[in-house]
Amino acid sequence: MFSRTRPEHKAPPDLFYDEKEAQKYTGNSRMIEIQTQMCERAMELMLLPEDEPCFLLDLGCGSGLSGSVLEENGHYWVGVDISRAMLDVAQERETEGDLILGDLGDGLPFRAGAFDGAVSISALQWLCNADKVNHNPQKRLYKFFSSLFACLSRTARAVFQFYPENSKQVELITAQAMKAGFYGGIVIDYPNSTKAKKFFLVLMTGGSAPLPKALGVEESLPQTQAQFTSKREKFKKGNRKNVKSNKEWILEKIERRRKQGKPVREHLSKFTGRSRPTKF
Amino acid sequence: MKLLTHNMLSSKCLKGVVTGYPLTIIAKDVKVSEVDFNQEFVSRVLPKLDWNVLWKAAERLGHVGELPQTLIENYENDPEFLKKVHHVLLEVEVINGELVCPETGRKFPITSGIPNMLLNDDEV
Repeated sequence: MFSRTRPEHKAPPDLFYDEKEAQKYTGNSRMIEIQTQMCERAMELMLLPEDEPCFLLDLGCGSGLSGSVLEENGHYWVGVDISRAMLDVAQERETEGDLILGDLGDGLPFRAGAFDGAVSISALQWLCNADKVNHNPQKRLYKFFSSLFACLSRTARAVFQFYPENSKQVELITAQAMKAGFYGGIVIDYPNSTKAKKFFLVLMTGGSAPLPKALGVEESLPQTQAQFTSKREKFKKGNRKNVKSNKEWILEKIERRRKQGKPVREHLSKFTGRSRPTKF
Repeated sequence: MKLLTHNMLSSKCLKGVVTGYPLTIIAKDVKVSEVDFNQEFVSRVLPKLDWNVLWKAAERLGHVGELPQTLIENYENDPEFLKKVHHVLLEVEVINGELVCPETGRKFPITSGIPNMLLNDDEV
């Protein structure tokens, strides 16, 4: 029933992120790169005023990787996390933000209107689990979102990158966020790819605005009718060349990889898919 | 913990606490480190601050300097004043000590600069 690869199924966050696990976040360059990329995308979705230093909140800041991205952009931040070991790593890395040890599900310990925005990278899915007997995920999420709504200023946005286990979790999270007074919804980057697919919950405090566009999605009008064709596809037998060597197939494959967010060569040469000259 | 963070912290997530603000600082160790001065940020964050709370906290830590007890007008154009505010907000840090809830007297320990705001099961 439970997959063994999801860390939230192994132990509660305060125990899972021990010294050993926390060290991975300073040594593993791939982990650092992914976290940094996701935070940069979250910053983009937050739509902060340009060239103005803001006061931000980092929820589930961990070792402060996302905080470093905020610093690079000239912002000041405060981080909250439940794992002491991760916060110790953040201090070792000498991040500039202030750190607070706290449980997001118990509500945020800040007064009203304190922050210009909030980011959270890979933390929200932890709140969907009941790690103690008295935990009720629904109540904890509501408490978290309502306290977050209170401590944000009125034009602020909160952007959460998270890994939902199933569609029910997405529903649970968005329902509680809306109940707490937020507008917004889910933005899915690269929906056609299994690996590059990323979920972002974008929440707005001041009135509803159109959600930002996801990456790797093509603009297309929804089709309501089947397309009319007078031509009949004839079944050609015997006249088949190798399918993969024709130009259309190659172009289609490039397009498919682009949609999945995989690296593709931007410039196509005129020789793509062209047949070689015949030999003497 | 910087005084900027202290100015935003409250203990209202405790059961039965209404405002939980301001938290009283009992400091054992205070460190002063150098942080780059950003005039725009300080003047932007000033309207959000509770000046009285900041002044009292600074006085308690003995770093109030020449800051006036009431906020001056037109501070945007006074870099000298903003520099002093910057020092108190971002350079003075409480390393070890306690934060005390004004309503219940619950103590939140601060160890190596990180305030522990975790609650017990019966306080939620």
